[in-house]
Amino acid sequence: MQQIHLGGIDYSILLIYFGFVIGIGWMLKRYMKGSSDFFLSGRSIPAWVTGLAFLSANLGAQEVIGMAASGAKYGIMTSHFYWVGAIPAMVFLAIFMMPFYYGSKARSVPEYLKLRFDEKTRGFNAVSFAVMTVFSSGISLHALAKLLELLLGWNYNYSIAISAVIVLVYIFLGGLTSAIYNEVLQFFMIVFGFAPLVFLALRDVGGWTALKAKLIPVATSQGYAAGTWTQSWAHMGGYKENPMGADWFTMVAGLGFVLSFGYWCTDFLVVQRAMAANSMSAARRTPLIAAIPKMLFPALVILPGMIAIALHFASGNQFLPLGKDGTPDYNMTIPTLLAKYFPTGLLGVGFTALMASFMSGMAGNVTAFNTVWTYDIYQSYIAPKKSDHHYLWMGRWATVFGIVISVGCAYLASKFNNIMDMLQLVFGFVNAPLFATFLLGMFWKRATGHGAFFGLLGGTAGAALFHGLAHTNGTEVGIKGGWIAQHFPFNSEMAQNFTMAIVAWTTCFALTILISLATKRTKSDEELKGLVYSLTPKPETAHEPWYQQPVTVGILVLIVTVALNIIFW
Amino acid sequence: MNFDLRFPIGIMFTLFGGMIAIFGLATSGNDIYTAHSLGLNINLIWGAVMLGFGLLMLLLTWRGRKKNSPPRR
Repeated sequence: MQQIHLGGIDYSILLIYFGFVIGIGWMLKRYMKGSSDFFLSGRSIPAWVTGLAFLSANLGAQEVIGMAASGAKYGIMTSHFYWVGAIPAMVFLAIFMMPFYYGSKARSVPEYLKLRFDEKTRGFNAVSFAVMTVFSSGISLHALAKLLELLLGWNYNYSIAISAVIVLVYIFLGGLTSAIYNEVLQFFMIVFGFAPLVFLALRDVGGWTALKAKLIPVATSQGYAAGTWTQSWAHMGGYKENPMGADWFTMVAGLGFVLSFGYWCTDFLVVQRAMAANSMSAARRTPLIAAIPKMLFPALVILPGMIAIALHFASGNQFLPLGKDGTPDYNMTIPTLLAKYFPTGLLGVGFTALMASFMSGMAGNVTAFNTVWTYDIYQSYIAPKKSDHHYLWMGRWATVFGIVISVGCAYLASKFNNIMDMLQLVFGFVNAPLFATFLLGMFWKRATGHGAFFGLLGGTAGAALFHGLAHTNGTEVGIKGGWIAQHFPFNSEMAQNFTMAIVAWTTCFALTILISLATKRTKSDEELKGLVYSLTPKPETAHEPWYQQPVTVGILVLIVTVALNIIFW
Repeated sequence: MNFDLRFPIGIMFTLFGGMIAIFGLATSGNDIYTAHSLGLNINLIWGAVMLGFGLLMLLLTWRGRKKNSPPRR
């Protein structure tokens, strides 16, 4: 592929962007008077800001690059991650779960678990989340530095150092508010950076109809039906019919329900943004405000991937760089498109957008880490009853060592290829059962602390056990599965992961119920007020205009999503 | 907190849009456009779009300020 050469104007744009990012942090410094300002933005942010930050915190470069890669590899089926996965979960979070997160005065997701269940449940979630989130940050950093080395020839170590320092400075100064504001800036950068890419690529391929025609040989040459790359549901009857290797049930239950709800409804990285909103109504609207652009994002990130593979095929496998086995290097989709279609000038914007998304992925993880560390680990187990000023100080230093650990993880990732796979795996083990715990905690007052803790533990163990027995044909036994025995064969890694998620969730769900029924309740109804659905007065929304009512907007969002699914059936 | 985020967003996009659009004007007809963006002067086009967005954000900021602190007579 063409090497990217940045011109003077491109570097100027990059530097100006970093100037704004640090400048915003600098300007927010004086508002950071207490720990609540630093970790929770004093719960003072308007809904449009928290909504865009909510979306953007999740929109790391792994999403931008990864979704385009998946768009090339799987076609429009990738949209399921959005239209079946993310959107229903975001609507559910907004309508049903935010009242508990926001109304319970919990300052974090683990703290909700402490209020609802007990200390050990909180501890388990806090520690596993803190470790995973800081690892995630490190992997973002590593991926960025590697990409810069590959595309521009920049020194790996300098890239790591500079990115880490920039993120460190703006969070150290302005805390969560700085991270949130920069995430909104990043959202607009991504939209303005990638929209022209889609426009130009679509024009080059001849428009949507021509694209559909060009994707037919892509499908048929790999042994699939003609429309497989452009029809999202029609080829999900059986796992052999599509390149993802998943049938509709496994996909809907595994991805759509367990993994998506497990992520969007319980991951503090995104929930933290909604908790920073300036009112209950704003907090509930946050995921819905995020859902609206999210519905349209397939056009921005998946479509380029589909265009790239069409062009690759039409050019006789010349368009994308090839991997060692002759198949396209899908992760190079976005860089290849940027290099091809963007002249100097716009290239600066597109490239800055890409860098911004990597760094904001890091920043989101670091702010979630410093909050969970300070409130759920440090204040709970190490140094309780200190002054608020002390915790603010701790939060700033947690930012520093969070970034230092991230840098360490980045270097680990550069040494061991498997780190990313390991992280995905651990996420699956821990996140999948978690949603079962929250569902039962929020909607069933009989769920007890012992039930929750051992259910979670059991779900995680169940996931690990399944992983040890499951195996995808053609992959190495080990980190990808089958390390106990190859008892459950799968045709694709995705199908294996979706199924593992279903197993983990079901195990946790069943165990939590059984153990709760066998153990005594430790919290009275009065203590659970504001934490459980049946014991909490419903939020009063009748006085609000229709477009601010969460249920109304939620239903509208779902209707549009269903329509999109039907249009691209 | 009296920090309207629309203000820095507006400034940044006005700046970027202006820079790219002017660059596009200055390099009009250059063969970077035939090599990359299918012959379109995408810098000029998209620069103008970003400039418009930046100005819109600044307009919204200004209207927000007017609403919050009405002028004294």
